[in-house]
Amino acid sequence: MSEFAEVLLRVLAVLAAFLLAPLLVGQVEHKAMAHMQSRVGPMYAGGFHGWAQLVADGVKFVQKEDVVPAAADRWVFKIAPAVALLPYLVAMLVIPVGPGLVGQDLDVGIFFVLAVMGIGVIGTLMGGWSSANKFSLLGGIRVAAQLMAYELPFVLAAASVAMAAGTLSLSGIVVAWEPWWLLWQAPAAVVFFVAGLAELQRPPFDMPVADAELVFGPYTEYGGLRFALFILAEYAGIVVLSALTAVLFLGGWHGPLEEQLGWLWTLLKTAVVAFLVIWVRVAYPRLREDQLQRLAWQGLVPLALLQLSITAVGVVATA
Amino acid sequence: MASWSLRLRGRSPRLGRVADNSGAGYMGDYLPLLAILVIGSLLVLSMFAGNRLLRPSHPTPEKLLSYECGVDPVGEGWAQSHVRYYVYAYLYVIFAVDAVFLFPWATVFGDLGWLSVAEMGVFIGFIAVGLMYAWRKGVLTWT
Repeated sequence: MSEFAEVLLRVLAVLAAFLLAPLLVGQVEHKAMAHMQSRVGPMYAGGFHGWAQLVADGVKFVQKEDVVPAAADRWVFKIAPAVALLPYLVAMLVIPVGPGLVGQDLDVGIFFVLAVMGIGVIGTLMGGWSSANKFSLLGGIRVAAQLMAYELPFVLAAASVAMAAGTLSLSGIVVAWEPWWLLWQAPAAVVFFVAGLAELQRPPFDMPVADAELVFGPYTEYGGLRFALFILAEYAGIVVLSALTAVLFLGGWHGPLEEQLGWLWTLLKTAVVAFLVIWVRVAYPRLREDQLQRLAWQGLVPLALLQLSITAVGVVATA
Repeated sequence: MASWSLRLRGRSPRLGRVADNSGAGYMGDYLPLLAILVIGSLLVLSMFAGNRLLRPSHPTPEKLLSYECGVDPVGEGWAQSHVRYYVYAYLYVIFAVDAVFLFPWATVFGDLGWLSVAEMGVFIGFIAVGLMYAWRKGVLTWT
């Protein structure tokens, strides 16, 4: 049964990463955003520069009363946070960190990850609909509209790199990757990153939770642990998007000493992309709903189609 | 049980391999997926159970009222939206289904040469024409 134990070990390692990495990103966001805005951020929890702030938040959230509004669709309201969170756990299972260092390498890896990431949005939509709150419903519809607009460029950009590598396996794509792809696939990388930000509803694409218009969008009626799970899902989403960008477009474990330190390169590239996600939040104001739609349909989709033709010519010309 | 575990033993170092679709071996790839779904669900359930043990519960009618924007809610929470948005949903379905067909093709087209690039051009042409049609028809304006 040692093979079974190996599978269990891999799955538990993925679970540990899933519980730890979002907290790291969240803490970095607390501190980095604070310093970018000339604040110091959390300083007390844990003693050293507030390192335990998110642990303290978790302890607080788990003790809070569970309020389900009387008008809400009770069961949908209750399971929505889990539906939002679990797809990112599943997605992390198939993202490779080093050669062979992966929860489970699937032959259809990239396709699988894209499909699974779409499910997370349903959780938010469920929360928005079941709250029986006009603002939540509007927020939920905005989430759906945003997914519709940005899923297409997201998928097309990922398809471009799959064409270049000639495989759908995430590990296979990293193995096929060469440094000049940084230039060749640059438009796809930009499209993928921007569309991914929009799918996660991260600023500047946080129209669904625009506080000046929709209170807190789909999450307005949530409190306590369920609210915490939605926030955890957002940060797990950042980790998944960053890791995917690193694996698909930045060469994953390729780098100096990749035989020994490959996994470190993947983690480092992921961390850099995650920092970029935080930086973008501080740097740009929120887009208006129509600007958001225009960027997707009139900016990213044509750019992704252009990239597809460049990739097609490139693959055949160098074959 | 034995057959899939045999397959799992030798598989991790091999990358970019071709799938063998022989029953148990193929499904063996998806067993960790099942495991992580079960473990993830247990994680969420245990969080909710811990919450249940630790939290107070003092529901009052005022507390259970929808918060909305802080003022007592007026009318129902479920609003109706305009049916004309169906065009927008169609747009998504058409393009997303088109995009899905790219993936199986993406893995083989390198071997087919310039002919496949021409086919690619036709494919992208179709999507581009569809997009231009939607654009001209005013589906992509929102003000």
